[in-house]
Amino acid sequence: MKQIYDLVIIGAGAAGMAAALEAKKYQISVLVLDEQSEVGGQIYRSVRTTQNLRPETYELLGADYQHGQTLENAFRKAGIEFLSGAAVWQVDPDRAVHFLRNGKSLQVGVRRLLVATGAMERPVPIPGWTLPGVMGAAAADVLLKSSGAVPSGRVVLSGSGPLLWLAASRLVEAEVEILAILETINFSSYLKALPYLPQALRAVEYLLKGLRLKRQVSRAGIPVFSGIQNLRAEGTQRLETVCFTHRGQSRKFELETLLLHEGIVPNTQLTRQLGCEHSWNKLQRYWHPLLDEWGNTSVEGVAVAGDGGIVAGALTAEASGHLAALEIACQLGAITKNQRDSASKSYRKAIRHHQAVRPFLEHLYPPNPETLVPPDDATLVCRCEEVSAAQIRQAVEWGALDLSQMKAFTRCGMGPCQGRMCALTVAEIVANTQGKSAQEVGFFRGRPPLKPITLGQLAGIAEC
Amino acid sequence: MLKRIQSSKSKKITIFFEEKQIAAYEGESVAAALLCSGVKHIRTAPVSGTSRAPYCWMGVCFECLLEIDGQPNLQSCLIPVQEGMKIRRHALNDGDSA
Repeated sequence: MKQIYDLVIIGAGAAGMAAALEAKKYQISVLVLDEQSEVGGQIYRSVRTTQNLRPETYELLGADYQHGQTLENAFRKAGIEFLSGAAVWQVDPDRAVHFLRNGKSLQVGVRRLLVATGAMERPVPIPGWTLPGVMGAAAADVLLKSSGAVPSGRVVLSGSGPLLWLAASRLVEAEVEILAILETINFSSYLKALPYLPQALRAVEYLLKGLRLKRQVSRAGIPVFSGIQNLRAEGTQRLETVCFTHRGQSRKFELETLLLHEGIVPNTQLTRQLGCEHSWNKLQRYWHPLLDEWGNTSVEGVAVAGDGGIVAGALTAEASGHLAALEIACQLGAITKNQRDSASKSYRKAIRHHQAVRPFLEHLYPPNPETLVPPDDATLVCRCEEVSAAQIRQAVEWGALDLSQMKAFTRCGMGPCQGRMCALTVAEIVANTQGKSAQEVGFFRGRPPLKPITLGQLAGIAEC
Repeated sequence: MLKRIQSSKSKKITIFFEEKQIAAYEGESVAAALLCSGVKHIRTAPVSGTSRAPYCWMGVCFECLLEIDGQPNLQSCLIPVQEGMKIRRHALNDGDSA
């Protein structure tokens, strides 16, 4: 007989840890799974290891990161059952959660499932983005947290969004040589965001932090080129040059590392596979599971907390984890509705506060149109199967009507990443070529396995 | 490609990449340890044979797939180094070197 838990939480980031801590208060049996080697998610990635083994990096990462230590500490002391290195590859309709750990596939049963799988950096397809030396800007920040490493040699950052500036400021502090910051937004974005400024002032600490990061970068003497276009990475075996157009002029830098960023988008692999209903964020152009005010999805017994629901930052994620756990405790009969409602008040207040800044940020930092629909035909859209923008456009002309047919025509989305890196771009290109909206075109169907699994592992499924 | 920030408390260990001995530090990922040691790419793209290195560092891009201690297709940006680990690229490449 496989073990059955009241609650299984997938993802031990801000939302997952908070939810586990809340659920633990009501004697609910909880298991937390995460594919990483320790708790923290991306925002607090490796916080314990960093504090213990890399104190210099821990210091450099500052107070926002160090807050993760408080959560990690509480999580550890509460004695919550946690399996690291556990990659969920399938959840059955009868709620068996299958995951790979140490080369074996294991399964547990679950009454309520909380998906806290967070968000990922939006892939930024440009010509040459598969060259070693090109990576995400938030990825570079994650690398700093997870391994205490930074790019060596000359660096250029390009894109837009708060995390671009956060990554830049941390690299400045780590004494990395930054040649330039290329901003893909221009003055008109500020005008569009302006009406939302008064509301954003209610969470003024976010705006002040943004200004502080920008000031730090400009004090370091790093030039900023705003409104750049036609970004291209070049090199033979690895990145050598970045080229772009600024105010009608072609420019280029020789460099070792290019960091790209156009915001972050929810990880929807698991909620797709579970058949949850999703809705489309028109401004930030991503899909997210449709949730009620407690984090319940359209599928009974499945809830979502954190940035995997709606991208709103670590502190909102933490509060949403508490709310989801309170609701689940109530559904399981561990607390009454009145207890749930009164315990939820402070978390709702926190969410209202942190969300005040979101409309301003979402209008200020829309994804770059060149990222959504790469204009250069040679741009690889699907990195795994190496399918170019030209091939996607060609397949539309040959009659691929939807994304499933697009897979069959081109193999895009069928490599090891399972479309995580190309789905949004493929949909935008198809929509653009057919004159439809990306929302109408939809998304790849989520199918098991969500992670590569060998036939041997499949045949040897064990109960845990 | 990458360099380490000073880390006064992490212990130096030894790992093996394509049979060669490499110094790594406790608490860092396999992919980071390799790229900090002058390894220039992590995997070879099966379709074109071009060189790749991690793009996302968080487990979604799968550009860090390596064989570790005999287990194929592991996401090396998620796995911390351990003393004596034996790491290889997948065999479908055409004799490229670090």
